[in-house]
Amino acid sequence: MIRFLLRRFGQAFVVLWAAFTATFLLLQALPGDAILIKFQSPELGLSPEQIAELRTLYGADSPLWQQYGATLSGFLQGNFGYSLHRGVPVADSLGQALPVTAGLTVLSVIAAVALALLLAAVSALTPLRWLRSALLSVPSLFISIPVFWLGIALIQIFSFRLKLIPVIGAGPWESLILPVATLAVPISAPLAQVLIRSLDAVQTQPFVAVARAKGASRRWVLWRHVLRNAVPPVLALGGVLFGELLAGAVVTETVFGLNGLGRLTEQAVNFQDAAVLQAVVVLAAAGFVTVNLLVDLITPLLDPRLALHRSSLSAGGPA
Amino acid sequence: MSTPEISPDTPSVPLLAVESLSVGYTDARGDARTPVTPVVHGVSFTIRAGEVVALVGESGSGKSTIAQSVIGLLPETGRITAGSIRLNGTDIAGWPQARLDPLRGAVISLVPQDLGHALNPVRTIGAQIAEVFRLHGWRDRRAVREQVLSLLDRVGLPDPALRYRQYPHELSGGMRQRVLIAMAVALRPALIIADEPTSALDVTVQKRVLDLLDDLRREAGTAVLFVTHDLGIAADRADRVVVLQGGQVQEQGDVRQVLTAPAHAYTARLLADAPAFHGPRPSRPARLYADADVVVDGLVQEFSQRSGWAPFSRTQPFRAVDGVSFRVARGTTHALVGESGSGKTTTIRTLLGFTRPTAGTVQVNGLDLATLRHDQVPALRRSIQLVYQNPYGSLDPRQTIAEIVGEPLRNFDPVPKPERLRQVAALIERVGLPQAVLSRPPRALSGGQRQRVAIARALILKPQVVVLDEAVSALDVTVQAQILSLLDELQRDLGLTYVFVSHDLAVVRQIADTVSVLQGGRVVEDGPVEQVFHAPASAYTRDLLAAIPGRARQAA
Repeated sequence: MIRFLLRRFGQAFVVLWAAFTATFLLLQALPGDAILIKFQSPELGLSPEQIAELRTLYGADSPLWQQYGATLSGFLQGNFGYSLHRGVPVADSLGQALPVTAGLTVLSVIAAVALALLLAAVSALTPLRWLRSALLSVPSLFISIPVFWLGIALIQIFSFRLKLIPVIGAGPWESLILPVATLAVPISAPLAQVLIRSLDAVQTQPFVAVARAKGASRRWVLWRHVLRNAVPPVLALGGVLFGELLAGAVVTETVFGLNGLGRLTEQAVNFQDAAVLQAVVVLAAAGFVTVNLLVDLITPLLDPRLALHRSSLSAGGPA
Repeated sequence: MSTPEISPDTPSVPLLAVESLSVGYTDARGDARTPVTPVVHGVSFTIRAGEVVALVGESGSGKSTIAQSVIGLLPETGRITAGSIRLNGTDIAGWPQARLDPLRGAVISLVPQDLGHALNPVRTIGAQIAEVFRLHGWRDRRAVREQVLSLLDRVGLPDPALRYRQYPHELSGGMRQRVLIAMAVALRPALIIADEPTSALDVTVQKRVLDLLDDLRREAGTAVLFVTHDLGIAADRADRVVVLQGGQVQEQGDVRQVLTAPAHAYTARLLADAPAFHGPRPSRPARLYADADVVVDGLVQEFSQRSGWAPFSRTQPFRAVDGVSFRVARGTTHALVGESGSGKTTTIRTLLGFTRPTAGTVQVNGLDLATLRHDQVPALRRSIQLVYQNPYGSLDPRQTIAEIVGEPLRNFDPVPKPERLRQVAALIERVGLPQAVLSRPPRALSGGQRQRVAIARALILKPQVVVLDEAVSALDVTVQAQILSLLDELQRDLGLTYVFVSHDLAVVRQIADTVSVLQGGRVVEDGPVEQVFHAPASAYTRDLLAAIPGRARQAA
């Protein structure tokens, strides 16, 4: 157990380090930087010499490897650097933005899973052929709706036309309803699609017929036999969808004016705020690695065969 | 076996009466508007309480469709188009599923065919047997647990408390079949439908499982509807047989009468094809002294095995083959016989060069496999080829038959395309297939035709040695007989050397000259087939011989 976890954590750190390094190099390769953007504007009236002095002050003129080493050691000590654009430590900006995004994404995942389960369960159980084929086309519809369009459409309908949710001055929960809906819809689509396929595949397994022969109804078989067998592929997909979720959060927060990580990222990109971007990418990578580590640990609990059937035939090489 | 016991209170009404039953399948998912393709035509038979009736026929004869209709579990596309199914006099053919649920498991139960997937892989054995009780109104968890433990004990599984906690993949095929039987007999139903319940099992395990089913049903006075393609099993286990062909009853009656004096030509053919009723092949002793194409001497094969939940897993060596020796003379057939786990598959994997021997020498056509260099691999592939057991999984579904058969040539012997196609076409004809199959995908072919394709693919490189891994085990007896005679013919014409792997001694007797009987990775007996058959030296060989279905009846 210890060895397994150590190995997995080791892999996770390698992934994080690689993400850190790639981001660092890419940000350095961009023409211009935050110092230029912030201090170059004519109103400030700074001479090129003064700007060069500022660059020395911020350490922007030291050799690349020195900057890399300083940033990396800072990250390892929990010091993410200083946001030039905002003039505050990056950690403070992240601390403010993270809870907003975490709330939005967690609620969206819950809503997406509920929506996917509902679609899959109804399409598996309904005796109505037309309803089933209608439900089967819902995921492709959902997946082709752009997030920004859905967000704007929801605001138009629920806030401006029906006036159900105020645009300004809504309570903390009220203000989350539309963003969560916006983000949940595209995430639920692939989940529902894979779950429906997976359920269909499991339904044809002989053990389903055996359970029916014991006297179990279709619903009993679905909940007690089919679902647990159908979930692992969906879980694996869930790990991959984490990236979609973050990308969706950037757009959703921008549309709904939520001050989360997405907004922070968007502004940091506009002002080439390298320190913030560096921290956001590493944070996202950490989230991604954690989610997939959890998926890998949970799957053997759902399917005992994965836990036991790792016997490897390793005698001799291929002749 | 047992004489039918007719319950005294209902002498006139049979337990099950199938009358003029016709069943068909629709194309789409059960759309009522699409026309129905009939597969069962006006079938009638009865089963009295405590009686064993066998439905016998090839695949496609409609026997499984009839069984599924009786328990109300036809696929969604299936339709009963005419006739009735009377259970104790009540017609249940038109009942909705919800009304059948209380009957299933309690009055009619099922022992299914597919052992690999007949149990839910993610739930424990205990939970799955307990489910039968819970579905039929048992609420007391402790009482259910006790019932399940005593059932596990009753079906002969050692250490019931351990089995209760285990998952299906931790049990062998025979043990899983016992679990399925435990579920079927749990509520002492009046009728058990056994749908090819042992087709996938080794003969010895098959015999033990069938004996168990026999004991249990006799104890409880349960009737059994036995679905099988093997007349040998029907002969041993049934009171009466119903012979089906193309969805129609060809003949039915007392098992003794049907098997000794078949009234119908089709029954006679089924009888002739059943390996159990077959004589040996003519012996060819002269050939046995020819040069050996395959020499295996003191072969040892070890694997490192991991066990336990991934984080906790440990590695330990496992010896799958332990000192196996045999030699196969040119132009003869040597059989490796044994149950699963006896090391026969590992041995042939070594022969084919997929694994290097841990110790011992293996020579194929003069090539030493222990020291085989990478550049000698093509020469090995040209010398020895494999026909795999499952003709459904061993052919790429996206290739045409011509591509499948021609692929080894493209890999090992690049010849111009017209020449390649000519060779493929000639070989397809040689294995008895029409030229029209060349452009078809494997799914358009029957199991027997697919196995002919697999044989053609093995022969295209003109190898000297062909390994036949359970090459006929998945086929119906009739098709099996045809493939065996094709193999025999090819051997005679091309001078091929066969290594034939099987768990079925009856089949081995039909094709092999010499045989090695393997158990637990060791050779327990070897020699000419007739000698092993008539004067078996080891107790294990005697067990294997006694387990061949149909022998009991044949000897009587």
